[in-house]
Amino acid sequence: MTMTGFRFDMKTYKKHPLSFLFMLLVWIAAALTAAVFIAVVGYVLIKGIPQLKPSLFAWNYTTDNVSMMPAIITTVEMVGISLLIAAPLGIFCSVYLTEYAKRGNKIVKVVRLTAETLQGIPSIVYGLFGMLCFVTSLKWGYSLLAGCFTVSIMILPLIMRSTEEALKSVPDSYREGSYGLGAGKLRTVFKIVIPSAGNGILAGIILAIGRIIGETAALMYTAGTVAQLPENVFMSGRTLSIHMYQLSREGLHTDDAAATAVILLITVFALNGLAEYIAKKLDKNKL
Amino acid sequence: MPETKISVSGLDLYYSEFHALKNVNIDIAPNEITAFIGPSGCGKSTLLKSLNRMNDLVEGCRITGNVTLDGVDIYKDMEITYLRKNVGMVFQKPNPFPMSIYDNIAYGPRTHGIRRKSDLDDIVEESLKKASIWNEVSDRLKRSALGLSGGQQQRLCIARALAVKPEVILMDEPTSALDPISTMKIEELCCEIKDSYTIVIVTHNMQQATRISDKTAFFLHGEIVEFDETEKLFSTPSDKRTEDYITGRFG
Amino acid sequence: MRKLFDEQLKELNIEMIKMAGQVETAIAGAAEALIKNDITLAKQVMGGDEIVDDMEKKIEHLCLKLLLQQQPVATDLRRVSTALKMTTDLERIGDQAVDIAELTLKIGKTDNVHIPQMAKAVIRMVTDSINAYVNSDEKLANDVMAEDERVDELFVKIRDELIEMAADSREKGKQVGEQAIDLLMVAKYLERIGDHAVNIAEWVIFSVTGVHKNAKII
Repeated sequence: MTMTGFRFDMKTYKKHPLSFLFMLLVWIAAALTAAVFIAVVGYVLIKGIPQLKPSLFAWNYTTDNVSMMPAIITTVEMVGISLLIAAPLGIFCSVYLTEYAKRGNKIVKVVRLTAETLQGIPSIVYGLFGMLCFVTSLKWGYSLLAGCFTVSIMILPLIMRSTEEALKSVPDSYREGSYGLGAGKLRTVFKIVIPSAGNGILAGIILAIGRIIGETAALMYTAGTVAQLPENVFMSGRTLSIHMYQLSREGLHTDDAAATAVILLITVFALNGLAEYIAKKLDKNKL
Repeated sequence: MPETKISVSGLDLYYSEFHALKNVNIDIAPNEITAFIGPSGCGKSTLLKSLNRMNDLVEGCRITGNVTLDGVDIYKDMEITYLRKNVGMVFQKPNPFPMSIYDNIAYGPRTHGIRRKSDLDDIVEESLKKASIWNEVSDRLKRSALGLSGGQQQRLCIARALAVKPEVILMDEPTSALDPISTMKIEELCCEIKDSYTIVIVTHNMQQATRISDKTAFFLHGEIVEFDETEKLFSTPSDKRTEDYITGRFG
Repeated sequence: MRKLFDEQLKELNIEMIKMAGQVETAIAGAAEALIKNDITLAKQVMGGDEIVDDMEKKIEHLCLKLLLQQQPVATDLRRVSTALKMTTDLERIGDQAVDIAELTLKIGKTDNVHIPQMAKAVIRMVTDSINAYVNSDEKLANDVMAEDERVDELFVKIRDELIEMAADSREKGKQVGEQAIDLLMVAKYLERIGDHAVNIAEWVIFSVTGVHKNAKII
């Protein structure tokens, strides 16, 4: 803001004390938010960076060297498998809701209500359900797969929600254009609507990835906390977040926990960056 | 060649309770430009859309009466894909798909089963040339269509419609979002291609109707008040309501 | 919503009436000057031509401005194009009034009874054609066209009289022959004015019905 602009603003605000008060409030809110963010990130980085050492990235976890490498790999597997389950399901469900179902359809209402409710449930409840269903009833035990299914259910509403928004934001003129050329519904949806909504769908998926990476409660009761790399999907393993939780809980490796926090933070930043990059790239393709 | 390309007889159309078209009868001649004019909400766009059954997409839309294309009832005896392949549509707002120029044009032919690259190449070039936009885009066919100007986008949409080799082209206020130069280009394009197509155009711009159309239909409250040679309608309309509308006394 | 447009059309109408009035005065003056051999009046008529020319320019300007700004259609289009065509005829009528006035200076006194009759008929045709335009009166315009036949008959009659007069010139002297020819020209001018009045009437019919001389021109 230029000085003249600012002075002009002040002059205007002088005449409207309420506006001035509101502006002040807005500023304070913005400043506080930024301060909290900087404090958290700064704290994690200051505490964690000095603790980073190559041995933390060793292939094997031992009680002497609490390597986070197995946890990193497990996290990647967890994300991959969960997305494989949840993404197609969520996307197709949304396609049905927005493109196929008639307005005012009862099933639509039920599905939507369910999805919204699922979104509001605390993750520990998912964990409990996952344990009872996958771990106990299906007798999968604490395993990667049980964890994957649980988080899949958890991120399903998230993916559905963002996909629906993305599909809704595809202009009807695209659909009209496609129908006008004699294309049917299937072709219109798959060749025009979904690709056009790609951006928004991707954003939802990346949000979901973030959610999986940050999840602890739901995984503790389903995927377990074994620190070694699971050999197959029916074995227990721990993601980075759980790894960090375990380290700090045991109280012996708080420094390593801090280092893990740095890696988690970096991962999340990287993911956000990736999301933005892909979004931009898609936008560029469009323009 | 038959004297009538599209024949509408006794057409009534309802949007739920709203009676949008009332007993519409009109014969549209081949290789001519027919303009639909009238105030907003008079039913001209609705009739245009019912000529290639775009109203099917609207919930609560009910139609009675007959619309025939070359004598075949389009609502009863014609596959909708076939109908829309033969009766193309250009919309009010340019709506190129968010894909490359090439893919935009090739979308229609691909929909109708043309897969060979060389065939598609030919169709793309031919369509773009017909739509007088080839010179402007031939060096960037792989670039996104959304990077074109509004006028170029609209001509691209016309090219896209031409690519499926239709016989009739419906245009719903195709220049209302464009600047005068782009508008002129589209009007010229219409006149250039009308020898090979039957064009029906909805327009709010009466000068445009006088410039490019052979016949004009004036709509009011869901009815066709007058349908005549454009020159006749704009110089000596027979109906007082037409006169009042085109001279700007209402609407 | 078409206030400006209507105002412009009204202005055009007023200018048309003004010009018509000026032209009517001119032919009435020319006829009176001829009949009464009034040199002053004849000169006055000759001086008035400039006013008619200026009025024609003004009306042309108004019409072109209307075409440019309003792109008139239907009745408006016919009205403006009719005005544009009519001014040309009015201007020609004005010119012919001047021609008659110029001849008056040479002719001197005349005792032909049919020329005043013809002049009267022609003046009425012009007045009626203008009134037909102002009131969009198709019937009156048709009357004007019918009246032209009577004027043509009168012209033939006058012509015959003047041929005899010219034939007498051998005995009565060259001057009589000269006067006969000048009077014939006056009659011809009057006949031409009648034709212009018919033209105006035809455009008035176009303005009302969209048909010009039984043909659709648009």
